[in-house]
Amino acid sequence: MKECMVRLIYCEMLGYESSFGYIHAIKLAQQGNLLEKRVGYLAVSLFLHENHELLLLLVNTVVKDLQSTNLVEVCMALTIVSQIFPREMIPAVLPLIEDKLQHSKEIIRRKAVQALYKFYLIAPNQVQHIHDKFRKALCDRDAGVMAASLHIYLQMIKENPSGYKDLTGSFVTILKQVVGGKLPIDFNYHSVPAPWLQIQLLRILGLLGKDDPRTSELMYDVLDESLRRAEINHNITYAILFECVQTIYTIYPKSELLEKAAKCIGKFVLSPKINLKYLGLKALTYVIQQDPNLALQHQMTIIECLDHPDPIIKRETLELLYRITNGQNVIVIVQKMLDYLKESKEEYAIINLVGKVAELAEKYAPDNEWFIQTMNAVFSVGGDVVHPDIPNNFLRLLAEGFDDGKEDDQLQMYAVQSYLALLEEEDALYPQKFLQVMSWVLGEYSSLVTDVDPEVILTKLHSLLKKTFVTSETKAWIMAAVTKIASRTSCSKTVDKLIQEFSNSLDTCMRQYAFELKHLCEDKALMKNLLPFDASCNDMVVDASLSFLDGFVAEGLGRGAAPYKPHHQRQEEKLSQEKALNFEPYGLSFVSSVSSSGVTGRQSPTGLSFGSDTSGNSAETGHKETNTLKLEGVRKLWGKEGYLPKKENKVGRENEPQTLSCGSLLAGQVGESPALPSDQVASLSEEDKEKQQLASTLFIGLGSNAGVSLMGKVDATTQKFKRKSKINETQSSEEVSDFQISAASDFGPLLDTVPINMEDCEGNTHTRLRKSSLCSSDIVEDNLAFETPQSLKKSGLDERLSDSRLSQSSLFADSNIEIFQPSPSAQCEGAGKTPLVPSLPEELEDLTHSEVLELCQSDALALHLCKVWTDDSLLLTVFVSNKTTSALHAVNLVFEEAEYFQILESPTYQFPVIEAQSVERCQKCVWMDKICTQGILSASVHCQSEMETRLQFSITLSLLDFIRPMEMTTEDFGKLWLSLSNDVKQNIKMSSSQDSLSAALNTLQQKLKLHLVDTIGNEGILACQLLPSVPCLLHCRTHSGMLALWFRSPCSALPDGLLYQCQKVMEES
Amino acid sequence: MLLFSRQGKLRLQKWYVPLSDKEKKKITRELVQTVLARKPKMCSFLEWRDLKIVYKRYASLYFCCAIEDQDNELITLEIIHRYVELLDKYFGSVCELDIIFNFEKAYFILDEFLLGGEVQETSKKNVLKAIEQADLLQESQNEDWGGLSEDIL
Repeated sequence: MKECMVRLIYCEMLGYESSFGYIHAIKLAQQGNLLEKRVGYLAVSLFLHENHELLLLLVNTVVKDLQSTNLVEVCMALTIVSQIFPREMIPAVLPLIEDKLQHSKEIIRRKAVQALYKFYLIAPNQVQHIHDKFRKALCDRDAGVMAASLHIYLQMIKENPSGYKDLTGSFVTILKQVVGGKLPIDFNYHSVPAPWLQIQLLRILGLLGKDDPRTSELMYDVLDESLRRAEINHNITYAILFECVQTIYTIYPKSELLEKAAKCIGKFVLSPKINLKYLGLKALTYVIQQDPNLALQHQMTIIECLDHPDPIIKRETLELLYRITNGQNVIVIVQKMLDYLKESKEEYAIINLVGKVAELAEKYAPDNEWFIQTMNAVFSVGGDVVHPDIPNNFLRLLAEGFDDGKEDDQLQMYAVQSYLALLEEEDALYPQKFLQVMSWVLGEYSSLVTDVDPEVILTKLHSLLKKTFVTSETKAWIMAAVTKIASRTSCSKTVDKLIQEFSNSLDTCMRQYAFELKHLCEDKALMKNLLPFDASCNDMVVDASLSFLDGFVAEGLGRGAAPYKPHHQRQEEKLSQEKALNFEPYGLSFVSSVSSSGVTGRQSPTGLSFGSDTSGNSAETGHKETNTLKLEGVRKLWGKEGYLPKKENKVGRENEPQTLSCGSLLAGQVGESPALPSDQVASLSEEDKEKQQLASTLFIGLGSNAGVSLMGKVDATTQKFKRKSKINETQSSEEVSDFQISAASDFGPLLDTVPINMEDCEGNTHTRLRKSSLCSSDIVEDNLAFETPQSLKKSGLDERLSDSRLSQSSLFADSNIEIFQPSPSAQCEGAGKTPLVPSLPEELEDLTHSEVLELCQSDALALHLCKVWTDDSLLLTVFVSNKTTSALHAVNLVFEEAEYFQILESPTYQFPVIEAQSVERCQKCVWMDKICTQGILSASVHCQSEMETRLQFSITLSLLDFIRPMEMTTEDFGKLWLSLSNDVKQNIKMSSSQDSLSAALNTLQQKLKLHLVDTIGNEGILACQLLPSVPCLLHCRTHSGMLALWFRSPCSALPDGLLYQCQKVMEES
Repeated sequence: MLLFSRQGKLRLQKWYVPLSDKEKKKITRELVQTVLARKPKMCSFLEWRDLKIVYKRYASLYFCCAIEDQDNELITLEIIHRYVELLDKYFGSVCELDIIFNFEKAYFILDEFLLGGEVQETSKKNVLKAIEQADLLQESQNEDWGGLSEDIL
């Protein structure tokens, strides 16, 4: 049998059908001896996939093997679990695998961790409760187990970096030990200690340190150490170096490390080994936006890579160039990209690159002519695989145009002319999308071109219509164009001919268009009215509720027709009919869906009748025609916001003068070079010169950009430390002017002789760096000096605050409630200078609510939060207290969009004014959108007074905040229980203190806010709902010290979340 | 994530993402064509769809790995190398025929080395070796004393 199975695997690999043997593989794993079992498991892992139904048969075997005393069997079971396991069967093996985490053999522990990693990937909800155990695995004495746990951490940190900041120290320590060679020798690979481990750790550190100066601070040393240690010339050290470089550029920057990393990248790029070169380019691409100077240093290498025989290198180089494109080098770069596109055949690459070209063209187009030409190339090369956004955006740009009407006209005119020229060629084959674009443009704007007879255009379109390769969709576009043109000409033979030809076409669509056109032609005035010129961007009000058909509906109802019911309502009725006798609504969840049929009755039948109405009545078809046309226009108005043409135009214009000057300089240089035939030119071969010229055109924008960005950085520092010392400011401003001068002077030489300029440039940057570092260290010192008194002051304040709290609580202890609940303003008057502690208004005081907690505070503002659990939502009450002595105006509170939560109404709130020393509050209702056990809602308060203050804070919301008891009778419970499909079962141990059912139920009722519906014998039923109205039912049963929980809910993730909460609560009590 | 090696013909394949048979065949064909078309001096990474392919040639065998964009290419190359080292040590100067005739063993080694996708299990040769040998020893023992141990159990 074993031999057969091996052969079967081979057959499967060769591509023969072998599904008949799958069941035997499972049997073999189940029944065979060790060796057979092993082959059986292997075969299963190769044959089946995660959702294969046969996999369920394996679960029992796995459970049995996990409990086996034979190590090998346990290993095999764990291996298969970490490869494939059905998601819904995880609870069956989870406890067993958890036990294995304490196994004495490290290989078992490691595989158990690996299996849990797999579970985390496919069902993160189910392993939530064992996060502590992951921590234990991270501290395991065996490095292999620790390494395995890193996979889990990498994944978790990827999803939520802020939750694991506290582990940074541990990761750094581990990396330090690894780099220092503290691991056993057999972890070495080519005498490098545990490279895989290092890379994993580096990646984790990168994620943790991103945009976080404090965390990054911890890892600078170890990164430096890693860079230093990785000196041997071997692939593996390069791999580590590459990862280091990436981490260094990801975390909060530190200049020394950046310098070293830059050197490393240089080594990569200049390496003769092609793999390293590729990685160097990749790293450059990653780094380029932060540090464009680096590209300047390597410009010659990049140019060489552009002509590299390996297309992969070429493509990576283009990717790099794409990142550094600006208004000045766009022409060259786009040209290079198009060249590559013409050679490339791979569809995926084409789609990708075409999108990039189109984006660049839209963003940086220097003039209309070039833009249209480029887009033409894009459409003809990209063919029909281009992303549909590209033609849509292009047409939108054409239609909406820029600020300047004249330029618009020019652009449109040029487009028309170029398309006419393209259509001139008789048997050229254009992609469908391109033809559609052409016909739309011709239809809209052909009349702008006065020297071409519309008849000519019509003839061309007509001949297109007759071509066989044109699809019917494209034909529809062409017909629309013909209609538009026809509306502007008095009478045309071609149109008549066209109408005649297509009036008896087999294609019903075409026939319909022809008839429409015919009728429209009979009434020119109407036609002109319907098809006004250049109206494609006028907004069109579409009556979405189709109210004009109300009359029709009313009439229908009057004649005794049944009112329309929406789909879900019909289904519901069907359901209730099937079950008979059940005439009550299904609990709360459906109440909202039942709406009055009068309102809904309006919508759908009209849609139907509208769609089927294709009669020849001219007015009506005309009406329809306009509707479709206008919809087209409307659709183009909605697009990605990224392409706001007006903004682009401005950018373009800013760049224009620079382009001009560059151009003239370039021209000067070209003119000069023949005049200077002496040493310099002679020393360079023709080819080199060409390359240099290319380089100078490619990197032209970068020089100035670099200046700008550096200036920006200095600016930022000056702004930050504005208050601190004026001397600094003047220093840095001097520097800024220095930069400008040097940048400007750079510009000239760059065009003249590249080698010299490069040195120049490098020298410049070095001195600059030194300067700025000097300057910044100054600032830091100042800052330190400044901070100490401040912190002292703060701690003083804190003390005072706690004092006042104490006094208040003592007051409260005396049950002197009147003093505890004065209005906020009264309180602060009374409290004088003591910090403001807000309290809830009386109408909310009665509801269940949390304590008022302090979120954060600054010199001017203090924020407090109180959660109020109302019946229908979670009410977040944010108190903003003004600590200054003057009133603050226009204080904005903005909640960021959160993945899991939904803020009703708007996520922002503005306090028009907050008086001095007073408290204002804002209330926001929150619902949980996606289920999670705990999520973070972040927000910021922004206030623009004489000094700008911005306070950021985050609120942790848990699932329990959104759970409310759901009142119902036992019968209701029974009915609802049967109608729900998602269920989760789990047994939990009960501690001795709560071994009775009633005690357990009590805990659940109090801590989780569940509603206890009924208790019968040793069973209890509870119900709750997740706001707004997702019910979840719980059935509990006790037996021999265990509590069996059984959840049911219409939402699949809710039971998992609640189960977790139950486990927590039961453990705590 | 998948890993397979071949020389025009498939010798080993391992898929770490669920795909239908048809897709698998299509992908394999495509990859074999692209990789074989490349010249020896070219870069051993290539972009394919939204993945990167890392390949390396050992004698007549190509080893191929697909990785995601943010993964480290060089380390993947070293994974391949490490796998070859492991095979080499196990079979004693491995050749294509070894893999053809003992491909289930090659799978076992792979499973010990790479588990559940992108994850590498351990980076240590000796321990891994030990596991392999221990497993094999136990198996042969089991076979020898098969009847005996079953009686005891």
